[in-house]
Amino acid sequence: MKKVLAAVTVSLLAASAAAQSKQLEIFSWWAGDEGPALEALVKLYKAKYPSVDVQNATVTGGSGVNARAVLKTRMLGGDPPDSFQVHAGQELTGTWVAAGRMDDLSALYKEQGWSKVFPKGLMDLISTNGKPWVVPVNVHRSNVMWYNPAKLREWGITPPKTWDQFFTVCKTLQAKGVTPLVVGENWTQQHLWESVALGTLGPADYNNLWNRKLKFNSPKAIKVWENFGKVLNCTNKDASGLSWQQAVDRVVDGEAAFNIMGDWAAGYLSTTKGLEAGTGFGYVPSPGTGGSFIMLADAFGLPKGVKNRTEVLNWLRLLGSKAGQDAFNPLKGSISARNDSDLSKYSKYSQSAAKDFRTNKIVGSLVHGAAANETFMSNFATVMEIYLSTKSASKAANAAEAIATQSNLGK
Amino acid sequence: MANAKQPILKNTPTPKAASKKPLDADRIVAALLLIPSIILVGIFVYGFIGQTMYTSLTDWGQNPAQALALNPELKYIGFQNYADLFTGLLDSRFRQDLVSTLFFTLFFIVGSLGLGLVLAVMLDQNPKGESFFRTLFLFPMSLSFIVTGTIWRWLLQPEGGFNQLLGTKFQWLNSREQVFQFNWQDIPFYTALVVSLVFFWIAFQAFQNKKTNRLIVAAASGLVLLLWGIIFGRNAEWVYPIPETHGFNLAFIGIIIAAVWQMAGYTMALYLAGIRGVPEDLREAARVDGCTEIQIYQKVIFPLLTPITLSAIIILGHISLKIFDLVFAMAGADNATTDVPALLMYLTSFRSNQFAKGAAISMVLLVMVAAVIVPYLYTSLRKDRR
Repeated sequence: MKKVLAAVTVSLLAASAAAQSKQLEIFSWWAGDEGPALEALVKLYKAKYPSVDVQNATVTGGSGVNARAVLKTRMLGGDPPDSFQVHAGQELTGTWVAAGRMDDLSALYKEQGWSKVFPKGLMDLISTNGKPWVVPVNVHRSNVMWYNPAKLREWGITPPKTWDQFFTVCKTLQAKGVTPLVVGENWTQQHLWESVALGTLGPADYNNLWNRKLKFNSPKAIKVWENFGKVLNCTNKDASGLSWQQAVDRVVDGEAAFNIMGDWAAGYLSTTKGLEAGTGFGYVPSPGTGGSFIMLADAFGLPKGVKNRTEVLNWLRLLGSKAGQDAFNPLKGSISARNDSDLSKYSKYSQSAAKDFRTNKIVGSLVHGAAANETFMSNFATVMEIYLSTKSASKAANAAEAIATQSNLGK
Repeated sequence: MANAKQPILKNTPTPKAASKKPLDADRIVAALLLIPSIILVGIFVYGFIGQTMYTSLTDWGQNPAQALALNPELKYIGFQNYADLFTGLLDSRFRQDLVSTLFFTLFFIVGSLGLGLVLAVMLDQNPKGESFFRTLFLFPMSLSFIVTGTIWRWLLQPEGGFNQLLGTKFQWLNSREQVFQFNWQDIPFYTALVVSLVFFWIAFQAFQNKKTNRLIVAAASGLVLLLWGIIFGRNAEWVYPIPETHGFNLAFIGIIIAAVWQMAGYTMALYLAGIRGVPEDLREAARVDGCTEIQIYQKVIFPLLTPITLSAIIILGHISLKIFDLVFAMAGADNATTDVPALLMYLTSFRSNQFAKGAAISMVLLVMVAAVIVPYLYTSLRKDRR
């Protein structure tokens, strides 16, 4: 109710402001540590179009959990934001495009020649029937394991390459009273799950889960839950109380050895914590996922029926441009979605990620909207709860299979 | 909130002549002033309840492509959503939430009433600085649940204030332990037990009033029901195929503490008003009869507080059944160990896009709250008419 009221107030304010000048409302969940990156984009936009009043409608909450709910009330209430952040992939195509709520961007892509600069894998992800729906701003990697190199030397261990190696390291660390792997609140546990799934199944079978060629309750997929359970035994007990930043902090402070988080953690570590990549913090692909790249991308689109169409198109042009991407991504800790980005502007970590992006096998992230539609994504939290409360791999696997069928996954 | 104090005023005479007055300008003006709000309430409360009820009987959201369409095609599917909620394999979280709400309501009401009564009795002793303490105890009520929740979340952090102070390592908001567990398959048995107890109570009353026919019928129905419950109601696989245990999540303790902290001042104010309303003559008379101060409370004051307790239970009861903001602020929306139906409704509707199922959950919530409020409204309206 409060959210609806807030949305109504915002829209009333917006309506009164529109009478005075041209304006653009940007709806995202980039707050806090990710805020400066968005600010850089807005600054570029303002420099080009000084007469436009840019409104930053940010709804806080990691991974957009709250923003998506607010967005829904606004879209259903007939008050779409001019341009909203969305995860490229199934979250967009399976939800908003399927519902007929987005405008097709083919003309814009043709005008800017973007289909040549964005890699084909990415184009496939953001298009249906050859029509692109959004402009991707960045590419993130989800399967990265972070650590503190100085502390690892002190404990005499090296980053494990497979989950089996990890379990050995886990025993060593637990004997020393160190948390081997720190996890945070609910969605970061699901984030960990996708790394375990890829590390257990390999990229081919991982993809088969999402296109339904591999059933969730097949023995292979049940193995994922069994491994996940073993991994959880190596984690901290107060997970649900920690944000992802607090979880990363434990690695920095040396209370925990590893954390598996997307590479926005690199932005946090270098921008907020002021650490140097390679020496201040270390990174490797999460166990068993070397050579694979779990991808997610943030993107903006053009909802049908917005008030400021020209301004939105200008905003999208800026997002897709080399200058826009290279202003945004170094601050966000992500890499550019374009092939021709100026790598010298990027951090040491991002340069290595960009190299991996061009050579590795690319798969989509579950929890960040690339692999499955919103209904499955959201209900996967229930599957996770079933596992956490019963510790039964087969029960969780059966529940996941039931939800996959119910939500038309892979169609 | 005004309702809460009504029982105190139950002896005020109501004017009886009102309905016999002729139609005059005053009454026309009154009617004109009332009509807009009646229409608005009719549309925005009852109309929307009807809309929600209808939505809950459709399949809105089952097909992701239709869920957010501009003009979604809704299909009428009857009570399927409700059947899923209470028996479906994937909706065990809803059933756990129901159990959690019942436990939460119980402990929250008992805690608030108990603490409120103790504080009121203490303030009734006319301590020094009474008005200061009154303000102090009533103060938490002026905060919103969001603020209370945020403060208590900090205090109850695993490494936070409470644990430091007590030297404990309890996971206040994320413990996964459960107590008072029971099997969801036994629900028919418990239902039969409760209903048969009601029958036995009717039989007992009939016995006291010497009404033999009613006694026999009521006792027999109660016995039959109880027998049926014991034979068919336990481990009822026709309700739910897989054993499913639910219980009281220990993670709720922290939330109950915060909620009691917030509302105990309110019950204290109610009780204090009630205690102060007891005429001094009655206390004097009791003292003359040789009562000790404790006996005066036991035998004179507490019985007079029953109507206050009842209205406090109603107010606290409906707050706790529909609680959302406190839990959201303290434990977040995602933790199933501290989930309540209102939160699940939010997640189901606005994250999974399953609007019909979300509507069904809201209807269940509405029925639960109505079950608390309607009997109260009924009795208080009847009293007014008398």
